[in-house]
Amino acid sequence: MAEAAVTTRLKKLINTPETEVKDAMAGMAAAHSDLIRVEYDPNVIIRKDAPKKGKVGLVSGGGSGHEPLHGGFVGVGMLDAACPGAVFTSPTPDQMARATAAVDGGAGVLHIVKNYTGDILNFEMAAELARGEGAKVNAVITNDDVAVQDSLYTAGRRGVGVTVLVEKIAGGAAEAGANLDAVTELAKKVNANGRSMGMALTSAIVPAAGKPTFEISDDEMELGIGIHGEPGRERTKLKSADEIAEILTMAVVNDIPFKAGDEVLAFVNGMGGTPLIELYVVYNAVHRYLTGRGIKVTRSLVGPYITSLEMAGCSVTILKLDAETTKFWDAPVHTPALRWRV
Amino acid sequence: MAATSAQIYNWLERYAGIVAEQKQYLTGLDAAIGDGDHGINMDRGFQTVLVKLAPVSDKDAGTLLKTTGMALVGSVGGAGGPLYGTFFLRAGAALDGKSEISDRDLVGALEAGLKGVVERGKANPNDKTMVDALTPAVARAKESLDGGASLEEALAAAADAAEEGMKATIPLKALKGRASYLGDRSIGHQDPGATSSYLLLRALSDSLAALPQQAKSTT
Ligand SMILES: Nc1ncnc2c1ncn2[C@@H]1O[C@H](COP(=O)(O)OP(=O)(O)O)[C@@H](O)[C@H]1O
Ligand SMILES: [Mg+2]
Repeated sequence: MAEAAVTTRLKKLINTPETEVKDAMAGMAAAHSDLIRVEYDPNVIIRKDAPKKGKVGLVSGGGSGHEPLHGGFVGVGMLDAACPGAVFTSPTPDQMARATAAVDGGAGVLHIVKNYTGDILNFEMAAELARGEGAKVNAVITNDDVAVQDSLYTAGRRGVGVTVLVEKIAGGAAEAGANLDAVTELAKKVNANGRSMGMALTSAIVPAAGKPTFEISDDEMELGIGIHGEPGRERTKLKSADEIAEILTMAVVNDIPFKAGDEVLAFVNGMGGTPLIELYVVYNAVHRYLTGRGIKVTRSLVGPYITSLEMAGCSVTILKLDAETTKFWDAPVHTPALRWRV
Repeated sequence: MAATSAQIYNWLERYAGIVAEQKQYLTGLDAAIGDGDHGINMDRGFQTVLVKLAPVSDKDAGTLLKTTGMALVGSVGGAGGPLYGTFFLRAGAALDGKSEISDRDLVGALEAGLKGVVERGKANPNDKTMVDALTPAVARAKESLDGGASLEEALAAAADAAEEGMKATIPLKALKGRASYLGDRSIGHQDPGATSSYLLLRALSDSLAALPQQAKSTT
């Protein structure tokens, strides 16, 4: 095959690009057999004790390469199933249809879909299939990336960091017994109150492509990057962490806009190739910026939760909280990648 | 004159070969304004199509096209999977049970496929998508038949129209799909989906020209 030469140059911990997704799924199943089980062809990661009778099922999915999103969030108090597509490519409808059937405990299923045309279209086809089988299916679309101009005439904004928060908060409500419409409304509320923007220092390398998705020189950064390496608002000279944090946070804060007195969750996310120490440097500046404007940071999350393979960089997500969203953020969660109060 | 299901099979097989050959090219176009996977996605899909078509190779055109659509929906993912999947599912439904296809029926199947793509993706003309190659191709094929052209001529004209439509995506600003995130930065690049759609119509035209049509082959 023509790719053989390319593959040998790839310095990655993989066996072959073709087997990467399944190999990683098998690893997850082996490491977290207390929480999840996996099925292949169609590929699905399912909460071990699903379906839970009377509980709303939460299904998400998307291209692989964003781990721990989504499979790492399957478990108690978050997702019931996740559908991993090929790297950076949305999954196919048979996966979401199988996931929906596997987690439907009779109370209906909510699809959590990031706003990319591929994800939307494949989830739509899956919902048609599942409804044809008699399932009750709602969908919520996350679209929090302020780097993209919002418009009725385009594909609109990308779904990024807020997706993690939607999965946690809606998952908490579903675990507590909320019905499908209530969980759906809550998920929509979280999306509507959250905004994000990201940046990259380096590009990821998609194994099947064998080379960096984009070229960027040592003294440059891409502001407003997408989690698949989609170009963002602008390419500029590299700045200090404090300056970068301020640019991202300002863009996010000005968008909703967030105001003095608001209580928020501040989420600094790593893109995969940036160490935690740097994320804390960024978080420090984000926190200072918010506090300086009278915005109260009452909850926080720092770490690589929605990544872009080995891309170096970060994103900042700010979510305006209220009593309900705070309560379900705090609710117990036990998944491979997020765990507290259990 | 009529086309045969053997020609449809040849078209799908030929296109799978073209996609494999042009994988890097299509992926490169997508890297410029998308996420650099269009060629990889289409190749994964059409390799699956070849496997699924083998056991039904002697069936009617509707079965061939529907099998293709199902294989794409189940293996491609991305925007291309549901869009191309819907194209072939609808085209197949239009040719249900037919092994001999009239000129009008074949062009009608392409039109049904295009309609499916527009319904699913909601793209308007000039949004810089595959619709910009398919729309002029279907229109030109119909005009050609109306003007008395043979099916072979009509499909060659359709492929030319698709090529023009593909090239005309270069100056456009993308309004649908991943490329729309770039806004003005999408201007100056050819749309990958319009390119794969052009190649699809060229492959159809070549398949019609390469294999004898029904009327020619009857002895
Ligand atoms: N809404 C849409 N309607 C029609 N075609 C679309 C639409 N969105 C995207 N496309 C086509 O899909 C192509 C991209 O396909 P592909 O790269 O396989 O999927 P993805 O964008 O999910 O990575 C684009 O070049 C465009 O022609
Ligand atoms: Mg693409």
